[in-house]
Amino acid sequence: MQGFRQEGLLDWAGPLLWGALTTLEIAVLAYAIGLLLGLLGATAKLSGLRPLVWLATLYSTVVRSIPELLLIILLYYAGSQVLERTARALGFDVVVEISGFVAAVGVLAFVQGAYMTEVFRGAINAIPRGHLEAADAFGLSRGTRFKRIVLPEMLPNALPGLSNLWLILVKDTALISVVGFEELFFTAQQAAASTRSYFVFYTAAGVLYLVITLGSNVLFREAERQVRRGQPGV
Amino acid sequence: MDYSWLGNEVYLEYLWTGFVNTLILVAVSGAFGFALAVGVALAQIVGPRPLAALARGFTTVIRGTPLLVQLFFFYDGVGRLLPEIPGVRETWMWPILRDAFFYGALAFTISVGAYAGEVMRGAMKSVPAGELEAARAFGIPRHKILLRVWLPRAVQICLPTLTGEIILLLKSVPLVSTIAVMDLLKAANIVRDETFLVYEPLLLIAGIYLALVLILTLVMRRVEVTYPGMRPAHQRRV
Repeated sequence: MQGFRQEGLLDWAGPLLWGALTTLEIAVLAYAIGLLLGLLGATAKLSGLRPLVWLATLYSTVVRSIPELLLIILLYYAGSQVLERTARALGFDVVVEISGFVAAVGVLAFVQGAYMTEVFRGAINAIPRGHLEAADAFGLSRGTRFKRIVLPEMLPNALPGLSNLWLILVKDTALISVVGFEELFFTAQQAAASTRSYFVFYTAAGVLYLVITLGSNVLFREAERQVRRGQPGV
Repeated sequence: MDYSWLGNEVYLEYLWTGFVNTLILVAVSGAFGFALAVGVALAQIVGPRPLAALARGFTTVIRGTPLLVQLFFFYDGVGRLLPEIPGVRETWMWPILRDAFFYGALAFTISVGAYAGEVMRGAMKSVPAGELEAARAFGIPRHKILLRVWLPRAVQICLPTLTGEIILLLKSVPLVSTIAVMDLLKAANIVRDETFLVYEPLLLIAGIYLALVLILTLVMRRVEVTYPGMRPAHQRRV
């Protein structure tokens, strides 16, 4: 065949790396938002206020018992429609078109938040009561108590769970490809279909994910060392 | 909310097939996966160096990459290379190797093997050495020590974690809809395509999963309570 050249791994290296970068961006943003949602959820669960406890329990229980892929498909489509209806109700006659990126981040963060709620709840519960009472006795405000006592004391408890959730999140980003968003795995699928070398490209995608997960293991180990400084060695 | 399509027998049939396939996938990959997990754990604890390293590499790779990627790797990657092996189409295995269901079960089995393997490794190492030494002192053959003492004790230690792994397995089943296996999500997607209803089918199967997870949790709690050695002494039959 004249003028036809079989595309290979090298031709797709750029797009694949770009996809890996998008995957990382989505994961980092979703993780950050998930941390906030988790803190909110845990605070609500521990607040003792009936409606709040109920709402947070509903959130963490339902989200954690429905398969991630199903949730992602549901929320991906529902998200834009809910936004559109809200906008209409507020009197804006607009067609809301949320970008795939925003939807991907939002959906993954929502799912992560449910798991983080449980991690934070457990970690906060593990703080000795006396420490909190001491903080109250010293007249620390709620905000200061959270910043100076609760946060530094719960982080060592929460970190193993948090690092686990980060790894789950990185792997869950691949699910976004099912709704047609162009991240690492979607790019790999396109490359595989266009070159017909499925084996090569799925292996390449796997290697890139592995680099991300193994790399973050190193970071989390360092973070754990940081938050545990000052604690007696085990 | 429009659920009138539930009156359509064809759709009900899809949903039922999807439901049954989901249960079969969980049972098959759960059972084979657990066997693999024991192998992976044993290889790392008592296996020779190279085998231990291999098992460790296996768990690292499987736990470090998305299950969806593994699924496509086996189905599209390996599955498309197989027909190039001369003579493979004539063997009895070909009808199995052509079926997407097989690749789903394979990917899940391997995944369970890796995740549960780590759990079992920890649990088997936590069984007090004295109990195994006692078994050896009684002259019980090695394979019987494994089956009668070591494994039962290890499972007792990590049963709640294993429950979590089974639920994770159940929740990963919808992934097979992407490689054209008829599961609940695939059935819902067909209904969605044909009726143009976006949410109803998805919400229905979300409800089914919610119920399944709940039932599985209750069943496993029951198992945890009745597992030998976990029961309060006064309930034990002598």
